[in-house]
Amino acid sequence: MIRKNLLVWVTLISSVIFVIQLASLQLSRDSFNTDFAIQEISVYPERGLIFDRNGELLVANQPMYELIIIPENTVEFDTVQLSNLIGIEQNELSERISSAKKYSTKLPSVIKSQISKEKNAYLQEKIWLFEGFYLRKNSVRDYISPFASNVIGYTGEVDQNDINSNPYYEKGEMIGKQGIESYYEERLKGVKGKRYFQKDRFNRIIGPYNDSKEDISPKKADNLTLTIDIKLQEYAESLLINKKGGIVAIEPSSGEILTLVSAPTYQSSQFIGQDRGFYFQSLLKDTINKPLFDRALQAQYSPGSPMKILNALIGLQEGVIDENTNFTCNAGHYYAKNAFMACHNKFGTISNLRKGIYNSCNTFFAKTYKMIIDKYDSPSLGLDNWSKHIKSFGLGDYLGYDLSIGKKGFIPESSYYNRFYGNNRWSASTTISNSIGQGEILTTPIQMANFASAIANRGFFYKPHFVKKINNQENISFEKNITSIDKENFELVINGMVDVVERGTARIAKIKNINVAGKTGTVENFILIEGEKKQLTDHSTFIAFAPAEDPKIVVSVFVENGYWGSRWAAPIASLIIEKYLTGKVERKWLENRMINGSLLAEYEKPYKFQNFTINE
Amino acid sequence: MNRLDLLKYDLVSILIYIGLVSFGIINIYSSSFNGSSTNLFDVSSIVGKQIIFFFLSLVVLIFILFTRNKFFDNSASIVYFLSIILLIGLFVFGVERGGAKSWYALGPISFQPSELSKFGTALFLSKFLSIIQTDLKKKRDIVIVLIIILVPLILTTIQPDPGSALIFLAFIFPVIREGLNLNYFYFGLYIISTLLITLKFNFLICLTILTIIFFAYLIYLRNKKIKVSLLKFIFSFFILISTSLSTNYLFENVLEQRHRDRINLVLGKEVDKSGIGYNISQSKIAISNGRFFGTGFLEGTQTKGHFVPRQHTDFIFSTIGEEWGFIGSLTTIVLFSFLIIRIITRANKQPNHFRRIYTYCFASLVFFHFFLNVGMSIGLLPSIGIPLPFVSYGGSSLLIFSLMFFVYINFDSSRLKES
Repeated sequence: MIRKNLLVWVTLISSVIFVIQLASLQLSRDSFNTDFAIQEISVYPERGLIFDRNGELLVANQPMYELIIIPENTVEFDTVQLSNLIGIEQNELSERISSAKKYSTKLPSVIKSQISKEKNAYLQEKIWLFEGFYLRKNSVRDYISPFASNVIGYTGEVDQNDINSNPYYEKGEMIGKQGIESYYEERLKGVKGKRYFQKDRFNRIIGPYNDSKEDISPKKADNLTLTIDIKLQEYAESLLINKKGGIVAIEPSSGEILTLVSAPTYQSSQFIGQDRGFYFQSLLKDTINKPLFDRALQAQYSPGSPMKILNALIGLQEGVIDENTNFTCNAGHYYAKNAFMACHNKFGTISNLRKGIYNSCNTFFAKTYKMIIDKYDSPSLGLDNWSKHIKSFGLGDYLGYDLSIGKKGFIPESSYYNRFYGNNRWSASTTISNSIGQGEILTTPIQMANFASAIANRGFFYKPHFVKKINNQENISFEKNITSIDKENFELVINGMVDVVERGTARIAKIKNINVAGKTGTVENFILIEGEKKQLTDHSTFIAFAPAEDPKIVVSVFVENGYWGSRWAAPIASLIIEKYLTGKVERKWLENRMINGSLLAEYEKPYKFQNFTINE
Repeated sequence: MNRLDLLKYDLVSILIYIGLVSFGIINIYSSSFNGSSTNLFDVSSIVGKQIIFFFLSLVVLIFILFTRNKFFDNSASIVYFLSIILLIGLFVFGVERGGAKSWYALGPISFQPSELSKFGTALFLSKFLSIIQTDLKKKRDIVIVLIIILVPLILTTIQPDPGSALIFLAFIFPVIREGLNLNYFYFGLYIISTLLITLKFNFLICLTILTIIFFAYLIYLRNKKIKVSLLKFIFSFFILISTSLSTNYLFENVLEQRHRDRINLVLGKEVDKSGIGYNISQSKIAISNGRFFGTGFLEGTQTKGHFVPRQHTDFIFSTIGEEWGFIGSLTTIVLFSFLIIRIITRANKQPNHFRRIYTYCFASLVFFHFFLNVGMSIGLLPSIGIPLPFVSYGGSSLLIFSLMFFVYINFDSSRLKES
């Protein structure tokens, strides 16, 4: 009876179709996207604090404010007044408002970020005039100390590369861009938490999602204690005012970097606030002073005479010289046929090792170097042996310190000369410049400080580093690197270095009651002007440590175009040592000369498009 | 005769009824939930109103159960004509809601007379069909039946509330049940298919399909040696072809844009999830979010976010789907089909013509609501604004469906008592 049960069948068939459709909706794997019902909001922990070695707070966080708009809540308002209040152009303001509207009329958009506390206080009184606008607080870096910016670095908003390389980051988040901020990003950022909210169909948040059960609380960031002594850093920075160069001071017994100056440099605090973009552009555009270039870590110079110290140590280790070895200097010497190397020592000066060091005799070390190389059957073997010794002092490679910028420098090996001159078509004489730190060798100021540290320690050094403690407790151990020179060979050389200050080339570096060991350097350098190689005034360099018998501090100073070593570098190093060891500086006259002295006129010379004289 | 002999009532159906209404209240609570819990008996809240109407319905139950069933027989025409008058009165006194003048408002109480007219039509149609002289083979009687159904249908259509008007098509089932030539039913199906095929594809494809079906049918009849009037055959063929030809005209000129959009959407012609397709697509998203076990009471993200518009009324099934999952929606479908089939089978046993036809009308109404509402919620039918009986929020709907249900209980029990 089809009539009687027609509706029964229709009902059953419909129900079966319904159940099939339900199954395909509810039981199939590919479901609809329901993300739009849940809003995920990140909760950021405060970025970690940074202290100096003595516990002085260097970097903290400060509240900043953002002007937010919810377009649908706005009514007619005075755009002129608002643009004046927040300090952006009127058409810029209306552009931002219309792009906010395009994004959403119901959701908040940022109209202006990084409004200072002071400006916020002023704006808060006026904000009621502008319905639909409000101020939201967030946190940015507060660089309390204006010093050590090149070490601390700065933060900035993540860019597309950061987001691509690490999915942790979202647009608008802050990330360390330079220095400690960048190297210790993982420690300083903590781990952001998540809060989930239920949204309604207008995209408005209507309450917590699932009773906040799925929320993840943020993980606190770590605080860092640097090895930097901010007082010493400040002092060292003041000594390089109006000069270009780098200063590195290390505590040799631990490898802790006390001071790292690069001049000229930037100010971390300028990377906060509304003008940060302009500031960064101005730094980038300054191709003459290169403030973003860290001269202490990245600048590769010829080391100059301090290299003689290493050659003396290698000579002793290889047994080609001893403390009684004498060489005669005739204001220089012929190191090969028709090849004369000049020296500032007088004709007929007879020097032993000690005298050779404190008088910085080119002849003495050229001859020593030649013996080191010629000790072996071929110059290749000799040079590679020499190179191995040099490299054991950390030269020619990144030192592995905890900042992400740096340069390797360069220590030549036989393969380099073989490529250049052909296999075995060179000799010790060909590479004679290595003996006095000119020629192919390149080092950075931190490498210089590091090898001085190895000498101060009489044969070992710890990897130089910038962070002393994490969360004020973690003790970080660093590898000890042993040089290839025996301990007993160091005393002789150190005695020579003490004499450098006592009676040699750096008497100006003498400090009352403290034995300073040092070595000056005067480095020839060249520049290309319109394709023509031109010599510039020598760089002034100095390495030192004190007290010589139990060194507490090692300093390496490099002043570009400062002429001879004891003119700028030695006094600066000496003042830093005095300041660090005694807490004060008695030689005010020297201090004033260094702080007020300027090399700006020297730096302008090559850019004046006219002939100039050097080494005045 | 012991009126309180409980076993003589269809207790299973009553239990299903109470279950569905309670489940409805739970889901209405959830879909109107705003974060803070509301007093269930707060008259100003949506769920509070529904609960009050439920109690009101139970009061009606007492009256209905003690009413002699002859009363309904006698009052059938009164209820029908009263509802027609009320429908006409809407054009003068009606209150406009959502674009249609389909409500009377008396202070805080508002009432939808189209709901009453469902009851009225069911009674009056049953009354007419149960008259001994009525013969559905006679053209005159078919016309009368058509008039009974079409008057409220047309009045509702021009409110304009074409969705609710569609419900009156449910009465085709009792009419067939009572002896209308099945060919009318088939013909109706053909016309609807013709319309849909023409809309989905085009006239030429429709013509091809129709021709193939007709010739196949003709050959089938020849083989079976069944004689058929070729004239009638050709006539109906031409009617279908002209339907197909006029479809586009009807579609473009009679229907409003929103109706066109809804139909296009189901035919898969437009996929626009933010515009016209929003309701149904949000409903599907909510339902699919329920997965097998559902998100749990008050835990549906789509329900909480009120992403599905009219979720407590027409789209209540999406709340069930999300918060109670496949289990919950399957149970709801099973309960409805079980209830409908149970009512039909018991109607078939009813010796009294009037009561049988009425019961059949009632089952058809429940089925039609269920079919259109769930079909729409799960994206199989166009968006039509009609409630899910017993479950959806709505005082008039709950009250009238409860009333019709209790009348069925009354009729059914008297069958048992008389036997």
